[in-house]
Amino acid sequence: MIELLRQYWPNYLYSDGFNTSGLAITLWLLVVSIVAGFLMAVPLAIARASRNPWLSRPVWVYTYVFRGTPLYVQLLLVYTGIYSLHFVHSNAVLGDFFRSAMNCTLLAFALNECAYATEIFAGAIRETSYGEIEAAQAYGMSKTKVYTRIILPSALRRALPSYSNEVILMLHATTLAFTATVPDILKVARDANSATYMTFQAYGIAAALYASIVFALIWAFRRVETRMLAYLKPQGH
Amino acid sequence: MVFQGFGPLLLAGTWETIKLAVLSLGAAFLLGLAGAAAKLSPNRVLSRVGTMYTTLIRAVPDLVLMLLLFYSIQIWLNDATDMMGMDQIDIDPFVAGVITLGFIYGAYFTETFRGAFLAVPRGQIEAGFAYGMSSTRVFTRILFPQMMRFALPGIGNNWQVLVKATALVSIIGLADVVKAAQDAGKATQAFFFFTLVTGAIYLAITTVSNLALHRLEKRYSTGVRRAAL
Repeated sequence: MIELLRQYWPNYLYSDGFNTSGLAITLWLLVVSIVAGFLMAVPLAIARASRNPWLSRPVWVYTYVFRGTPLYVQLLLVYTGIYSLHFVHSNAVLGDFFRSAMNCTLLAFALNECAYATEIFAGAIRETSYGEIEAAQAYGMSKTKVYTRIILPSALRRALPSYSNEVILMLHATTLAFTATVPDILKVARDANSATYMTFQAYGIAAALYASIVFALIWAFRRVETRMLAYLKPQGH
Repeated sequence: MVFQGFGPLLLAGTWETIKLAVLSLGAAFLLGLAGAAAKLSPNRVLSRVGTMYTTLIRAVPDLVLMLLLFYSIQIWLNDATDMMGMDQIDIDPFVAGVITLGFIYGAYFTETFRGAFLAVPRGQIEAGFAYGMSSTRVFTRILFPQMMRFALPGIGNNWQVLVKATALVSIIGLADVVKAAQDAGKATQAFFFFTLVTGAIYLAITTVSNLALHRLEKRYSTGVRRAAL
């Protein structure tokens, strides 16, 4: 166990600027897919909650397909599937993009994360109380203003508890990256395992690392929630 | 033909996936009931063990746990048989897969059941005892049927996640539908097509289970009054 740690701790944690550590790659995967997913999910959630079926139906199909199939299958489709198509690997730009394991992984993760986030945000938007919206309209706010000033600030806050769960599930999902040869924490653990045959220790260290990231995320989200949702707390007089 | 002779392989893989998902669901369901009982029990040791189980398992990614347990179970068993001077017992990978998935999702089911048990009004249970029912009878006739109504949405969610998690077993070498499609893709170089087919199969499974869950929810909500809006 000690030997294993001594030999492999740089690969798990440390980065010397040339070789990035498993931890750095895992966090990079998490941050990029969360940020990209969020940015795409907000407009899609507005479309999904809209009463116009031409807007909400296509978004429903997207979230249904991406939430109804395993992320692993989506990753395989993007990583091995798309590149095997003739017009992709013969096209310079597309070929370059889809040859990189990192690009494919991030694309699959972001699309998947976006689908889940869209449904969470759309649910919160739909639950906005009609009084708030009517009051905004009575003040003569334009449609965009109602969204940017009233609906979105309140809906995104109310979505925080389920969204924080989703972020943790996304962290769990990043472990799939090693199947596409991206060197994240789990890849390091696998290498350590095949070199030393200390299965439990090698994967156990990875498990402990992931658990600490989860606990840090839970702590951070709890702080954000107490700040952002303070106005929803029952008030004592 | 569209599947270039790989139809039977895909079908066998789909069957393997469904078997694995259903058996793991059964294991996780039972483990979830036991876990919820432990977490709610007045015995402090039991409730601590239950809390540790759900916290640890839910904090670690399922794929990491799967690799950890899948290989470790065999190693531990070898150590045990070595110590007792017995021959090595090889665990069937399918059984190991069911145990691993059941153990992981048991933690998620524990939380679902715990919440559902707490949602059943206390008076119902007290009334059962007042009628002179034994505690097993209170569980089977009063607590369980009412608990299921509160637990069903959570069970449905967990089931959908579990079905999708079975795709990971191809990584540890089981011949599920994903593995079948990858093999077919390798042989024919039609990766894109066969992966799409896999996606469609999973989508069909989730759609069918959505419908089934909807019916179950109706069944368990008999006699619940809702205000008409």
